[in-house]
Amino acid sequence: MTTEMTSEALFEAMRRSIIDGDDERAAELAGEALRAGVDPLRAIDDGFVIGLREVGDRFSRGDMFLPEMMLAAKAMKRAVAVLEPELDRRAMKRQVLGRVVIGSVKGDIHEIGKNLVATMLAAAGFEVHDLGVDVPFDRFVEKAREVDADIVGVSALLTTTMTGQRTVIETLAAGGLRPRVKVIVGGAPVTREWAEEIGADGYGEDAAQAVTVARRLVGAADAAVV
Amino acid sequence: MARTIDPIVDPRIEVRVLSDDEVQRIHAATLEVIESVGVRFPSPRALEIWQAHGATVDRETLVVRAPGALVEEALARAPHEYALAARDPSQDLPLDGRHVYAATDGCGVEVLDLVTGERRRSRLQDVAEIARVGDYLDEIAFHWVAVSAQDTPAESRGLHELAAIWANSTKHAQTESIVTEREARAAVEMAAAIAGGREALRRRPVLSLMECTISPLAQEGGALDAALVAAEAGVPVGFMTMASAAFTGPATPAGTLVVGNAEVISALALVELAQPGAPVYYAAAQTAIDLRSGAYTGGGPEDFLFGAATNALADFYGVPLSMGSFATGAKEPDWQAGIENGLSTFMAAAVRSDMLLGVGLLHGSRIWSYEQMLLDCEIYGIVRAMLRGIAVDDEALALEAIRRVGPGGEYLTDPHTVRHMRELWQSRFFDRRPYGAWEEKRDRARDWARARAREILATHEPDPLDPVVAAELAAIIAAVEREAGVAGAAAPT
Ligand code: B12
Repeated sequence: MTTEMTSEALFEAMRRSIIDGDDERAAELAGEALRAGVDPLRAIDDGFVIGLREVGDRFSRGDMFLPEMMLAAKAMKRAVAVLEPELDRRAMKRQVLGRVVIGSVKGDIHEIGKNLVATMLAAAGFEVHDLGVDVPFDRFVEKAREVDADIVGVSALLTTTMTGQRTVIETLAAGGLRPRVKVIVGGAPVTREWAEEIGADGYGEDAAQAVTVARRLVGAADAAVV
Repeated sequence: MARTIDPIVDPRIEVRVLSDDEVQRIHAATLEVIESVGVRFPSPRALEIWQAHGATVDRETLVVRAPGALVEEALARAPHEYALAARDPSQDLPLDGRHVYAATDGCGVEVLDLVTGERRRSRLQDVAEIARVGDYLDEIAFHWVAVSAQDTPAESRGLHELAAIWANSTKHAQTESIVTEREARAAVEMAAAIAGGREALRRRPVLSLMECTISPLAQEGGALDAALVAAEAGVPVGFMTMASAAFTGPATPAGTLVVGNAEVISALALVELAQPGAPVYYAAAQTAIDLRSGAYTGGGPEDFLFGAATNALADFYGVPLSMGSFATGAKEPDWQAGIENGLSTFMAAAVRSDMLLGVGLLHGSRIWSYEQMLLDCEIYGIVRAMLRGIAVDDEALALEAIRRVGPGGEYLTDPHTVRHMRELWQSRFFDRRPYGAWEEKRDRARDWARARAREILATHEPDPLDPVVAAELAAIIAAVEREAGVAGAAAPT
């Protein structure tokens, strides 16, 4: 009975740490959970994720702002990093919606929007591999193969670099990864028409749309939003 | 005949958002940042210049930490006054702290088509046509490359855009789309062809470059190299910060000013170390992000304050300022566009920013609208009229007329009225008709602006570019394309 109570208090503290965006505290609680022998998957699903979901809800209602969302995502990441070795040891896999490789295409150093999309996808339950900016075309393909990606996201904010989105699709095809690996694109000059023209599978005008389209592509459209 | 430019001169309203002491504190904080945190300069050439002058250079992180005294000394070499030259010398623009000039916004990616009204991708023909309308308007003093010529090869796009402007206007061209050393060399060559040789270009720079910094506290390698090429040739170059409060800058406006200031003055200092006395300018378009989406807003009270505060900094360093104003975040020419562009332009102009950018683009500098262009010019006209202030002298006090008319008369037909009525501002796009007239037609400013743009485009013939010079420009572009191994583009009309 008492242990139940303490673990409930622990789960509550985990949720709180995410809502407060306190990554130090989140990592500390993850460590505490491991020491107390709490199942690491339960720590994620009944603790941290609940907090992240609340932040996500409040963010979409406009009660919480982007910095709070980003801090929550960061805290989540730290907690999962602490729990991961134990997950691996128990040969458990955290259920992810899918694996995404994302980057700003070669020649483009705009990263703000791409970072937001990456964070929101991670918060929504995707495993995200962010390649950074000015990413060579082959690098997308290499990484997609390495992590067995479901989706490749290509960001471009310049008219001179958006043609690189087409090149990434072609390079993926040449590497035999299409159409299995889906491609989503976005960025200031990118339009739905452009996405169609280059044969991308999805387009997002902002991070929320990026999440919606990514979920649809992995067939998770109706699953609960994390 | 080249058209006259009617800029804002000697604004008579004073707006002051920073005291001398506050400017001093921002400057001191900025030097501390450059000295202790540093700024990233990812260009081997730039790093060498810094190192040769005694700055601490981290070859691993490419971060430069420069002593405040070095930065101050370098900035002191920048000329306080110079002129942006035009193809037609009567349109030269002295940057002397007394004038406030407006230009189109830059690098839009879509155009609201003047004929079909539809939104579509921008092309070279648009660059040419916008330049032609800009050549006509007396509010537009110089050009930015308003939209991208997406039907030209990426490797030579910036050059095609410049050629299209010079072919369609005699006014000064400033571009933000030359961001590599190679393109900068070609652009300088083109400018020299227009000016009549390298020496003539140095005396009368018909081109200026605008490069972006990368907030927080970084420069872009290609942009630095392009800037150094321009400075060598005496082509004015400016660096623009777009630090955004709460994302790429601190959430406090003062903090965002410091971050952006560190980027801009460190870049200008580099140029002055490389080319002492090179004409440079400060450029800025800081904003605050939308807290719900992270979007770059391009309008709001913080932006308007930045518009007024930045000129205090540029004045402190004794260099001209190019300030982002206009450039609404609105999706169409509506109340939001009116408020944003009205207030940003008023604030930036009242403090005497030398150059105002942003005419004509919607949706955070992404969609070109001729309607917005004409309405922005109307805003500029209103601000210009306000900043002329109220003349108070014998003639303006009008005692003679007041005596003539006496109690209960009218001034409508008095000679004093006839003498001065044209000094009163006249609206082109305010709806001052009777209610019934409006109700019957239900048309509005946007419709009149569109009609006016069509008319200008159909009738205005800019002074043609000498065909020999035009051929030279084409040859320079062709050489760049050969070198890059890309196919050329069709010339615009
Ligand atoms: C901030 C900014 C910069 C900063 C970038 C800082 C950084 N660390 O990222 C700096 C100052 C460095 C910069 C530099 C330049 N810039 Co800039 N920049 C902008 C600006 C104002 C805002 C971009 C931004 O961050 N928006 C906020 C984020 C949240 O929105 P977002 O990026 O659009 O991303 C959202 C969506 O697009 C979408 N999304 C984005 N990526 C992806 C990917 C996927 C897969 C999906 C599904 C969705 C998606 O979701 C995101 C989140 O909501 C835009 C104008 C604009 N309104 O977009 C110009 C703009 C993109 N820049 C432009 C230009 C020209 C340049 C420069 C060439 C200027 C110069 N002379 O140096 C350089 C190029 C540098 C380079 N090689 O890349 C032009 C491009 C126009 C064109 N014709 O190509 C624009 C449109 C402005 C303009 N009209 O001039 N820029």
